[in-house]
Parts: sequence; C-alpha cells; structure tokens
Amino acid sequence: MNPIIDFFNTVVRFAPRFIPGVIATMQLAFFSILIGTVIGLFVAVVKLANKKPLTFLMNIYITIIRGTPLLLQLWFIFYGLPGMGIEIDRFPSAVIGLALHNGAYISEIFRGAIESIHYGQREAARSLGMTRGQALKRIVLPQAFRRSIPALGNQFIIAVKDSSLASVITITETMLLARQFVAATFDVFPIFFVAASYYLIITMGLAKLLQKLETKLKVGVR
Amino acid sequence: MSMIEIKNLHKYFGDLEVLKGINLTIEESDVVCLIGASGSGKSTLLRCINYLEKKTEGEIWIDGKPVEETEEGINKVRQDVGMVFQRFNLFPHMTVAENVMEGPVTVKKIGKEEARKLAVELLEKVGIADKADVYPEMLSGGQQQRVAIARSLAMEPKVILFDEPTSALDPELVGEVLKVMKDLAQEGRTMIVVTHEMGFAKEVADRVIFLHDGMIAEEGPPKEIFENPKHERLQAFLGEILV
Repeated sequence: MNPIIDFFNTVVRFAPRFIPGVIATMQLAFFSILIGTVIGLFVAVVKLANKKPLTFLMNIYITIIRGTPLLLQLWFIFYGLPGMGIEIDRFPSAVIGLALHNGAYISEIFRGAIESIHYGQREAARSLGMTRGQALKRIVLPQAFRRSIPALGNQFIIAVKDSSLASVITITETMLLARQFVAATFDVFPIFFVAASYYLIITMGLAKLLQKLETKLKVGVR
Repeated sequence: MSMIEIKNLHKYFGDLEVLKGINLTIEESDVVCLIGASGSGKSTLLRCINYLEKKTEGEIWIDGKPVEETEEGINKVRQDVGMVFQRFNLFPHMTVAENVMEGPVTVKKIGKEEARKLAVELLEKVGIADKADVYPEMLSGGQQQRVAIARSLAMEPKVILFDEPTSALDPELVGEVLKVMKDLAQEGRTMIVVTHEMGFAKEVADRVIFLHDGMIAEEGPPKEIFENPKHERLQAFLGEILV
C-alpha cells in the first residue's frame, strides 16, 4: 500500500473522532480565558489602587502562579486538594487551574497597559469632577484595553495550547484523545497531524477574531 | 463674597517648598494672569486650586465657603472649577462631541440628547461645530485646545483655570485659542490663566500676578506691571521675555 494514501486514510478516519475532544478543548479555553480575564482585570485594578496589604496579597498570587509549572498547579488542585478535604470535579478543577494561571499573566498585561495611559488623561477626567472609579471606567480602561490586545492575544493563544495539560487530570480533550488513538493504532504521525491541525484551526480563528477586535477598537488613532 | 480666596497656601514636594505662603483673592468676573519664570510655582498654584495637587498647608475658599476636603467635596470643587491643560488631554477614544458631553453625562447625569445639544452649542461657540463627529487625533493643536475649552465649559464652571494653554501650540495656532479666551473674558467669566503670552495678559487681564520663588512678588493691573515694574526680579523677567 502507498504510505501517502495510508496517511490520508487514517487522517480522514480519525478526524471526526476528535470532535468531542476538540469541543472539550474549546470549552476549557473559553472558560479559562473568560474567568482569567476577569481575575486579571480585578488583580490589576487592585494592585493599582496601591493599598499595601491587598497589593501584597496579589503579588503573592502572581509570584506563585508564575513561579511554578502549570502541570504542578493542575496536579495540586486535582490530586492535592482532596487530601486537604477539598474535592472538585475534573472539569471545574481544570478550569480553575487554567483560569488562575491565565489570570496572573493577564493581570500583568492589564497593569502594564493601564500604566501606559498618560496621567493627563486621568487628570482631565478628575478635573471634570469624575470619581476615581468613573475616570477608570470611562477614560482609562477603554484606552488601556485597546493597548493590551496584542499581548492579550498572545496569552489567549497560549491558553488554548495550555488547555492540553488538562489531559493529565484525565479530561478527554484533544491531546488525551490523540494519545489514546496512538496507543490503540500506533499510527503516530497521522493522528498527531490531525490533533495539530485542530489546534491550528482554533488558534488561527482566535487570532483572526482578536485582529478584528483590534481594528474595531482602533478609533481615534491614526 | 469672593469667588476664590486662598489663604497662606504652602506646598512642598518632598523637602522642596514650592509655594511659600500664597494669599490671593479672586472676585467674580476677574481675569487674572499668573506670570513668572519656570519653577516659580505658578502651575503648582493653579493645580492646588482644583486639588490636582494636594496642598501642604493653608486654606482655599470657593464661593464664600471653605473647601470640604473629602473625596466628595473635592469632586464638587472640580465641577465648579474647570481646567484647560497645556497638552489638551482630550480623550482620544471619543469623538469631539463625546469629549464635550462626557462631563455632563457622567458627572451630572444629564441625558445624552440634551448633552449633545449642549456640546454642539459650545463647539459652535469655539468655532468648530463642523468637527463634532471626528476624533481628536484628526485636529490641529489649536482646534484640540478649543475642544478642551468647550469640554470644560460644558460643566458650567464658576471659574476656569488655564495652565499654559498655548505653550504646546505652533505659533500660527496660538491666536485662535487666545481669541476664544478673550471672548470668554468679555462674557464675564472668572478665569485664572498661567501664561507666557504677555500680549494677552496686557490686553485681557484685570490683574497680573508675578510669582517668584513660590511667593507673589508683585501684583497689579497689567498697565502697572508691564510699564512700571517695581520688583527687580520682575524687571529682569520682563526684560528677558519682551526682548
């Protein structure tokens, strides 16, 4: 048999069988990005408010998350916490782990973007009589958000790929399926080829989406 | 009852005393120009009036009442005291009209339609109603500064502070901004203007105040200040500037 025809046969045979895993990957990515962004915004704003104990707490969070492997974090939540009497289901465990991980990085992206907004913007807002919160919401954050999109896009794409680590806590996502199919058939190349293609489709779609968002928000800038 | 009364105002930046006991009274409809060399404290004095700088010591009275120095009290002051900045500080993510509407809508909770009407009116007044729906980036510096003036007028302030409003402009654009300011002065607006435009001070100001080294070194009607300066520092300053 021709190896090339073999390859395509395997690809066509296995591509549909990946669908449940791809859906799981997209769900993991979606929720961990969404929750991670909320966490990130919260942490960034709290840190910028410059209240010592709170800032300290946020720094501990960022240090721990950035300073330890995601793999370890997921193991810790799924296998470690039950030992302390906290049991969380597989899917929520994975989402919590990934979201906390993304949140730490996203908070630094937001903080950088917020700090890059010229102080004159805040002064102009405050001099109209706006409260701190109004100035942040109406004037600073919309501009900061636009500036953070390129870095945010990077992090979102990383989040999609990082979701593959959820396979270690036995979530049936794309990578876990790939490993199972390989174990059953030994058709390593075509099966990983299919898995890689699915990841590429998701990340390219996401990149496109972010590009559209960036263009849309690029008002008032030459 | 005076519009603004400043009593014994001191301001330190760290160990550096920038304002060394300023006493100043400004009446309604007064146009007061603050002049002085850079570092003399004129911008700091202006910024202390609307609490963008926190004064170290002293009292500020606005409209006959001492300023209540709480978050709320200060926000109230800022609604009554408009500010125009050297670098305009327009909001780049909003159109010209939205910039002008922002204060009334967000702070005063006025309806968008009404605010838009007000914005168009004010933009007409400063001569750029045709630019209502473009973004600030598309405007020249002079146009941007006129929008900034309209934005501060939208809050219907009792006093407007101008912090070197023409210093960031190309020379040929200075005139259009000064003209708008002159119109406001003629309407009887109370204005405090930090400026290097001596021509404007001469023509429009009711009173000129010369700051030197954090203190008011000399003040008086422009005629006296410019034609018959007494303080030796003021003489030197005018000598340098008017050459």
